[in-house]
Amino acid sequence: MSTTYLMLIILGMFVVTFGVRFCLFAKANRVVMPGWIEGALGFVPISVLSAIIVPMVFMPNGELDINLSNPWLIGAGAAFFVGLLKQNQLLTILVGVAVFYLSKLLV
Amino acid sequence: MKNHELMKKGMVASLPMIVGGIPFGILFGSLAMSNGLSPWFAIAMSSIVFAGSAQFVALGLILMDAPLWVIISTTFIVNLRHILYAADLIKFVKHLPMKWRLIIGFGLVDESYAAVRPLYGTNQISTENGHYAFLGSFLSFYLMWQAATILGVVAGELIPGMSQWGLEFAMVATFIGIITPYLQKTHLKSVAPYWVALISASVASLVLNGLPNNLGLLFAALVGVLMGYLASSLKANQLVSEEG
Repeated sequence: MSTTYLMLIILGMFVVTFGVRFCLFAKANRVVMPGWIEGALGFVPISVLSAIIVPMVFMPNGELDINLSNPWLIGAGAAFFVGLLKQNQLLTILVGVAVFYLSKLLV
Repeated sequence: MKNHELMKKGMVASLPMIVGGIPFGILFGSLAMSNGLSPWFAIAMSSIVFAGSAQFVALGLILMDAPLWVIISTTFIVNLRHILYAADLIKFVKHLPMKWRLIIGFGLVDESYAAVRPLYGTNQISTENGHYAFLGSFLSFYLMWQAATILGVVAGELIPGMSQWGLEFAMVATFIGIITPYLQKTHLKSVAPYWVALISASVASLVLNGLPNNLGLLFAALVGVLMGYLASSLKANQLVSEEG
């Protein structure tokens, strides 16, 4: 792959990534959000993030795997449980990662 | 509150997610190396594009020899969720000079949004000064992402097979750490609509997983947003009729 081609990839990715993040800010002083959109936006983070990770957790090999032998499921379950129980993000992450590697080792 | 104290507030709020992001950045650097890409390419992508999950998707496409337009349009779709974050932040940035809007736009990643946005809701920062908290979060995240990428590039050369370790689980755990606070009851909100959003987006993401170019992710997210919003409207109507 030529250097020019790789540079074009990075340039193109930058343009669309920055474009998406910035386009509404460019004319932010003139954008007026209807009330119902404001209300719906509150559900964006939880919906987007679960849509990213749920397939990774339930289908680590491309097929549905709901078994105790799936370390992704066990680790994510542990993180979810700790996250609900304690308001502590760092603990949630550390317990999740620890349980993931433990079950990877044991299974 | 002074500006540097606000920046510190943003950094502190981001700290758990920064810890969770380190293995993910290392994985990116090492994956690029183990697949024969040059170190400068991995570093340039992390510093110029600065988009965690889209970088992984693009890497996969490059290795499949996908054409340029596919790589760029997929990046666009994977990152489209950020427009929803931007829409939510407009009310806090619209009075800011262009320079600030450029910086916040460039740094608008999942984690910084998730770390800083709740600080407005709990009145720890305000529309007048919140952008400094965002700057603190962005800078610490940006530095971590570059350092982790470089570390991954170096480690990927020294330790072959590192990309098989499942380091991307750190991202899963980090995102769970962002999700769960929405599901806990506070005096500010009712939690049921957030559970509805979580469950419907999750089911949709599994059902739509086969769609090409990660379109399933986008549609599943929209399903979650819609269902959550419907549930919250129903709940609001219920409260009104109970009071009346």
